[in-house]
Amino acid sequence: MIKNIFIEVGLIARFTGRFFRELFKPRFEFGEFLRQCYFIGNKSLPLVAITAFIMGLVITIQSRPTLVEFGAEAWLPKMISVSLVREIAPVITALICAGKIGSGIGAELGSMKVTEQIDAMDVSGTNPYKFLVVTRVMATIFMIPILAILADGVSLYGGYLGANMHETVSWSLFWNQVFNTLHYADIIPSILKTFFFGFVIGIIGCYKGFNSANGTEGVGQSANSAVVVSSLLVFVIDLLAVQITDVLHLN
Amino acid sequence: MKQDNSDVITIRDLYKSFGDNKVLNGVNFDLHQGENAVVLGKSGSGKSVLIKCIIGLLKPDSGSITVLGNNVTELDTASLDKMRVKVGFLFQSNALYDSMTVRDNLEFPLRRHWIKTEKSKMTDLVMEALTNVGLPHTIDMMPVELSGGMRKRIALARTLILKPDIILYDEPTTGLDSITGKEISHLIVDIQKKYNTSSIIISHDINCVRIVANRVVMLIDGKCHASGTYEELENSTDNKVKQFFEQ
Repeated sequence: MIKNIFIEVGLIARFTGRFFRELFKPRFEFGEFLRQCYFIGNKSLPLVAITAFIMGLVITIQSRPTLVEFGAEAWLPKMISVSLVREIAPVITALICAGKIGSGIGAELGSMKVTEQIDAMDVSGTNPYKFLVVTRVMATIFMIPILAILADGVSLYGGYLGANMHETVSWSLFWNQVFNTLHYADIIPSILKTFFFGFVIGIIGCYKGFNSANGTEGVGQSANSAVVVSSLLVFVIDLLAVQITDVLHLN
Repeated sequence: MKQDNSDVITIRDLYKSFGDNKVLNGVNFDLHQGENAVVLGKSGSGKSVLIKCIIGLLKPDSGSITVLGNNVTELDTASLDKMRVKVGFLFQSNALYDSMTVRDNLEFPLRRHWIKTEKSKMTDLVMEALTNVGLPHTIDMMPVELSGGMRKRIALARTLILKPDIILYDEPTTGLDSITGKEISHLIVDIQKKYNTSSIIISHDINCVRIVANRVVMLIDGKCHASGTYEELENSTDNKVKQFFEQ
């Protein structure tokens, strides 16, 4: 079991190493990269937006009673803005993308592998690693931070509506409090970590799909393990990010 | 064995194993210019492995493969790509790109091999390839909208679009009904006549073998066990050969 884990880690490391080697070599598959950006961004946007909105609303509604107990109701926008922007919106976005994009990439490449489409690309003079893996990983690296920023905005809007459910908080008061609370030290690390979230979601999805075996059953397993491993790695990266910002006194 | 000038593929002492499983155990084989050679053998006998070694998708453990004068085992990626322009490969599963239309599937090899062609010329080439397989009306369809036989034909059209000198067919009639299988077999013969291609056809289908083969090679125990015309092998007294023709 432990041996298998180390073997898997080694194989993922080798796969990742190849990604960086291929990344800087021509030919650059810019058209395919844009196509993947469109698919990843466009198809995940509604789900990310709805989830972020609900999270913002729910966190606000659930936090309010505790703050009321301490007479700190006025701090509600401050509290939810920090928790949503620093933690909840980026992690929720990454988890949704791990589920939707990671599994999609794993299943797509897995199916291409078992139906020999990857071999067909090789025969057609195309480096399938560059065409399929590099473009998808770069697309997740670029699109997940954008989705996370959108999720920040939508979840804060949900928070605004949540704050107005029991009393009236004006639009300007809410947003003034939000922007007065948030500093670059809150926003920049939270955006930076989403690039790493995007990287692990892309690379694990591609690794699992590219190494799919055992026919259609293997495709399902690839999609499933892409979600499990990339979700786990999102939490590991989040934990590391918190430790790093703590060491840098940014928390 | 000596290499003949008319040989487009020459394989000498080819070995390939997967773990402890020795699949190819010293294969020697020549493909002559303009002939259709069928490789016949049981499932798992290494027929597909053989043609994947020829096209460079698998690396043999030892031995040499010479394709149109190039030693495949020693070619770098760029030279291998150059060689592949002249060698078409029809996959068993067709391997059409699901996310692309028939047109895009056929244009893909043209674009990837850096063949600078005007858009209108490219459309002409696509139409010519589709007409050759009798499916010009499918140009804007998606692979999922096509039947099994149509997909096989489109895959063949994609193989033909670069006008290869050699075509490697991996079980071209597998999964097709006998009538469609027969049509595909006749198509293979028509292509050979029209373009003077040399082909290796991997097949289990005796009907297909009878139609397409100029020569049949039996791959048994990882070696070329017997070789001859269909009639010669059909009348062979060798028990290992006979069992294939008693189906």
